[in-house]
Amino acid sequence: MKKEKITNSFYSVRVLLRNKTRTFLTSLGIIIGIASVIIIMSVGAGAQSLIINQIKGIGSDLLGILPGGSDESGRPAASLGVSITTLTYDDVQAIDALPEVAFATGYSKGMATVTWQNRSTDTNFVGVTSDYPGVESTELIDGSFLSPEDDFGVNKIAVLGSQVKEDLFGDFNPINEKIKINKESFRVIGVMESRGTAGFQNQDDQIFIPIETAQKLMLGVNHLGFARAKVAPNVDGLVAEAAVEALLRERHDIENPEEDDFTVSLADQAIGALTSITDALNYFLAAVAAISLLVGGIGVMNIMLVAVSERTREIGLRKAVGAHPKDISQQFLLEAVLLTAIGGLIGIVIGIFISWLVSLVAQYLGYDWDFVVSFFSIFLAVIFIALVGLLFGWWPAKKAASLNPVEALRYE
Amino acid sequence: MIELKNINKEFVNEDVVTKVLHDINFSIAKGEFVSIMGPSGSGKSTLMHILGFLDTISSGEYLFFDKDVSKLSEDKLADLRNESVGFIFQNFNLLPKTTIWENVRLPLLYADKKIDLSIVDQVIKSVGLEHRKDYLSNQLSGGERQRVAIARALVNSPDIIFADEPTGNLDSKSGLQVMSILQDLNASGKTIILVTHETSTAEHAKRIIKMRDGKIEDDTTDFKRKIANSLSDLK
Repeated sequence: MKKEKITNSFYSVRVLLRNKTRTFLTSLGIIIGIASVIIIMSVGAGAQSLIINQIKGIGSDLLGILPGGSDESGRPAASLGVSITTLTYDDVQAIDALPEVAFATGYSKGMATVTWQNRSTDTNFVGVTSDYPGVESTELIDGSFLSPEDDFGVNKIAVLGSQVKEDLFGDFNPINEKIKINKESFRVIGVMESRGTAGFQNQDDQIFIPIETAQKLMLGVNHLGFARAKVAPNVDGLVAEAAVEALLRERHDIENPEEDDFTVSLADQAIGALTSITDALNYFLAAVAAISLLVGGIGVMNIMLVAVSERTREIGLRKAVGAHPKDISQQFLLEAVLLTAIGGLIGIVIGIFISWLVSLVAQYLGYDWDFVVSFFSIFLAVIFIALVGLLFGWWPAKKAASLNPVEALRYE
Repeated sequence: MIELKNINKEFVNEDVVTKVLHDINFSIAKGEFVSIMGPSGSGKSTLMHILGFLDTISSGEYLFFDKDVSKLSEDKLADLRNESVGFIFQNFNLLPKTTIWENVRLPLLYADKKIDLSIVDQVIKSVGLEHRKDYLSNQLSGGERQRVAIARALVNSPDIIFADEPTGNLDSKSGLQVMSILQDLNASGKTIILVTHETSTAEHAKRIIKMRDGKIEDDTTDFKRKIANSLSDLK
């Protein structure tokens, strides 16, 4: 860099400092633009981490088995609340026996009013097998879970979700207490650890009972709502998925896969799909925020045009003492870039700070929220700042450079 | 040093052609002190702008040190202005809120070759403002500002100095000071071209070229030259 250019940049900085209010207001557009791009990208990434952490909380190597086929027109009917009776407990036992599957359980759900002494609460009961903690990667904080002997027969024992335990028993130890679920008497044998919310389901607000108890005693049905299977260690999720599909086809006498009366899905795939959806959403929002940068850039251009006309005589003088058009345009371009750079840097700092505050509040509220400021978003912001400065400084700078020195010197 | 041959200058504005200079012929030798005088609209400012490489001619030939400069590019003209001429304007044209030293240094920022910056202090001293060199331009009086402008015109050691109504915005005492500096500079060998509409100012030069309606009306050395008191006497 020539010394002359360094000297002129000091002059540009001084010009900007001389008009502090104007410089600040002009930068404000850039500050808001850059800050919103960073906040949106960071909060978007945080929200994404929240959703994905919740799915991972269930287990990413988890196979979901829903009754009813799935076709291109939409989701399996079972997920829309239609009752399909093709998935049975026998199917689940066969799945559990596959070498590709480590654990498997069916789910047979119902609503229940649960009472203990004079207290009662409305919650859900779920009939599951003893594999449930293995499938969902969860543990007990008290007592024990259903044992393999409980997988068959109508045993009236129950394991409480931590929320239900809290609602009914408070600090009282519930183990071996008798509770009533829809008027049937059950003995409490354990309490699950707290797991929070996954998807739309509060995992802690349910009671677990043996699967056949739920089917035969509570619901009077022979089918299952759905089933889940944990892929065995060192087995590829897609291989396990194919094995389960083949097994169910054989059991249900289906030859054409298009006639499947079940749907198997891998949680990893769901995470992938969700990630691409939320990514697209984030970029869309960032693009919207970038529009405010464009507006900020126009503000910079406006002020630079004002500066060129205010300093017409200065431009005339500089030309009279030997400045080339190139020298003049560089000086004004530099001022525009400085103006956007100041705004951009402040915007980056504010953007990161607000994103951090949002993550603090989210974490305080108990969400599994990561504070993510990606280098990519900063990189994007910096590229944008530079482009905006050059783009919107270019025209005023060119205008300044092309001024006729005689007319510029005469300008009042 | 300067030779003008049949210089014509016309401005075209929305298809209306205004002829400002008609067949101007004259030459100026090194060391001269010439006043170009005339009422407003006579073309004297346009002539000065052409002589000072700020404007171009429509037809004719302008020889500067025997070199035709009438068809040079914008960049080449800028280089000529930077190396060969110094300007003094009626309204000073100093950079606002910038120190005297930086104002005087300005032409050197655009110089191609490296120049020893001690010249800046030297020329500030030569106009008697060395005690003010760190002041900001807006802290000075009109007379002082014009002396800064003279220092700025000298800093590139030019061949000619152009002064366009240099006393127009000054009180008579400051005006005389400026004229005395210009006469001192001329005495030390600088070529000076002064543009003014006032006879009393013009008579500080050694030669007066009178302009009217774009033509040279008179070109004379036959007048009683005024001598302004030197700067040191006025202090």
